[in-house]
Amino acid sequence: MTVALTGRGLACERDERELLHGLDLEVVDGTLLRIEGPNGSGKTSLLKLLTGQLAPTAGTLSWHGQPLARARADYRAALLYLGHEPGVTASLTAMENLAWSAALADLRVDAAAIEAALQTVGLYGFEDLPAGQLSAGQRRRIALARLELIPRPLWILDEPFTALDRAGVAWLEQRLLAHRDAGGAVVLTTHHEFAPTACIERLRLGATHAAA
Amino acid sequence: MPLPESTSTAAPSPAPRGLAATCVRQVKRELAIARRRGSEWINPLLFQALVIVLFPLGISPEPALLATLAPGLLWVTALLAVLLSLDALFRSDFDDGSLEQMLLSPQPLPALCLAKTFAHWLLTGVPLSLIAPLLGLLLSLPAAGVATLMAALLLGSATFSLIGAVGAALTVSLPRGGVLLSLLILPFYIPVLIFGAGAVNAAIVGDPVAAPMALLGAMLALAIAGAPFAIAGALRISVDG
Amino acid sequence: MRGKQIGMWKFIHKLGSPKWCYQLCGRLQPAFWIAAAVLLAVGAVWSLAFSPPDYQMGDSYRIIYVHVPAAILAQSVFLAMTFASVVFLVWKIKLADMAASVMAPFGAAMTLLGLFSGAVWGIPTWGTWWTWDARLTSMLIQLFIYIGIIALRGAFARPEQGAKAVAVLTLVGVVNIPIIKYSVSWWNTLHQPATFTLTERPAMPESMWMPLLLMVLGFYCFFTALTLYRLRSEILKRESRTRWVREAVK
Repeated sequence: MTVALTGRGLACERDERELLHGLDLEVVDGTLLRIEGPNGSGKTSLLKLLTGQLAPTAGTLSWHGQPLARARADYRAALLYLGHEPGVTASLTAMENLAWSAALADLRVDAAAIEAALQTVGLYGFEDLPAGQLSAGQRRRIALARLELIPRPLWILDEPFTALDRAGVAWLEQRLLAHRDAGGAVVLTTHHEFAPTACIERLRLGATHAAA
Repeated sequence: MPLPESTSTAAPSPAPRGLAATCVRQVKRELAIARRRGSEWINPLLFQALVIVLFPLGISPEPALLATLAPGLLWVTALLAVLLSLDALFRSDFDDGSLEQMLLSPQPLPALCLAKTFAHWLLTGVPLSLIAPLLGLLLSLPAAGVATLMAALLLGSATFSLIGAVGAALTVSLPRGGVLLSLLILPFYIPVLIFGAGAVNAAIVGDPVAAPMALLGAMLALAIAGAPFAIAGALRISVDG
Repeated sequence: MRGKQIGMWKFIHKLGSPKWCYQLCGRLQPAFWIAAAVLLAVGAVWSLAFSPPDYQMGDSYRIIYVHVPAAILAQSVFLAMTFASVVFLVWKIKLADMAASVMAPFGAAMTLLGLFSGAVWGIPTWGTWWTWDARLTSMLIQLFIYIGIIALRGAFARPEQGAKAVAVLTLVGVVNIPIIKYSVSWWNTLHQPATFTLTERPAMPESMWMPLLLMVLGFYCFFTALTLYRLRSEILKRESRTRWVREAVK
């Protein structure tokens, strides 16, 4: 088993406001978990809990049985996270962006590997343009190229479908399912509806305190 | 777009590159960004040059008077120029999510912060030290002080970058953190200013400069040892709350 | 071993429980108010009416009975804030941050009082309101650090985030303050012929330093009482959503 992330009785409170309460979840090999809920229901906070950026105010979060806070280095080496802002620098080219991403991930990759990843996400021929000159969808594809370039078992993705065109959406959906079917795990928030045949898991967050 | 036949979990893992290589890449990244956005490193230099021009106009063009003021003026203007560049240090990385990527890297964050701050020093402190003799000419700085000025500025500006990065990291999530940043950081710059200008003054009158230079070095050593951890902590607070 | 650890944690959590602390502050408060009032009253009367005038400065030296306690408090408050910040960052006890937040304005006020009394003193001794004396200069810088800490807290929309940022800044400050003080006195000896120091006369008669000691202790008691008082209202404000606060206010 490569992915074993377990949450028991998770609660998250920010500035005396309770965002999550008594939440259990289990992410293992072959999980594709979609977190659902209205705005303000704590989706992003839950992702921040799961990535270890926030500490739960109650409950435990463990990675292979160890508390996340202790297994931090191991956990980060298994995690690929794309945030709401996915970390694509406008003044760097796609190549430079991905070379830096690989360095952060502690991977030695050559230019050919980066070019192959860019080709997969449909950015062939754009690799030497500053990302700021590309469209929002193309910038998102630079971020998604990390899925190809950096082999990690656990993907945590915040709204990965944002700004993608129809072909991009179809590709990403297939890519997520393929990752799951190959034994990887995916946790994501999205407004995109997967095909009914995809049979993904869902976690619905408190609809009670919906945003105004 | 084709789907890959083998997914990432099955693919052989590329070799790890190690912390040193990651830091080198981080520095290269910062230099590449600066190259594309030239204004970022040229602006502090222009700012310092312009402010230096204001002093003879505002006080007096009398060379003897300017020569006594020169070490202090050059230091104060260099300090302000560094301060001017600090607000942008983490701002765009914060906005585009790059900072969050750094925070979640398996590499130790303080080391990445040190690399980023080193790049900031290469882009501000080093150029400021290099043009200092030129600006010294405008202020009739005695020749005896020039070498010490450059050396002291190289040491002192590195401390400026490190302490300043702590303030920049603390204020990066604030929409208008620039003025607050100056308020937070300037008091901590005072020791460097005192010993930096003191070293140049000592060199001009022919006193030994070893003591103030050693103190500048000691402050830099302390900043290198402590600041990366404070920067890392402050960044986590700014990004994650 | 494990049982012991849990026991310690329980104690720390009890210490960090706002309700418990609110009640404790309430019980301790009157004693400190009374002690402060007695010490300050006795100290003030003694120092102004009964201690002898200085042979060199006459009666003007009596300003030290305000100046010195204010200066000492300005630094002690910073140390107390540092301690609170460490507790807050390490054990995540919110109460420590509440304490730090109510202490900061008092520390700034003491620094300002020290500066003001120094400036007033400057007129009879130096003939000018301000002189770049090492102590006054570093006190001025410390005032800016206090203001920075207060301003940083105010700048954050989310109080929790501001609290952590302030704690980090306080720790950076406590490392730097001794360096600033040392460098300012180095700079001062470089620029000024040694002015006769006012605060440290080696042979101060007992009738002069005894009231000073009383005043310093009085300032400490006043600081403690005021902190307990303000901490109580801070606890009520931050815990206003909890049931015990609603019941207590009722």
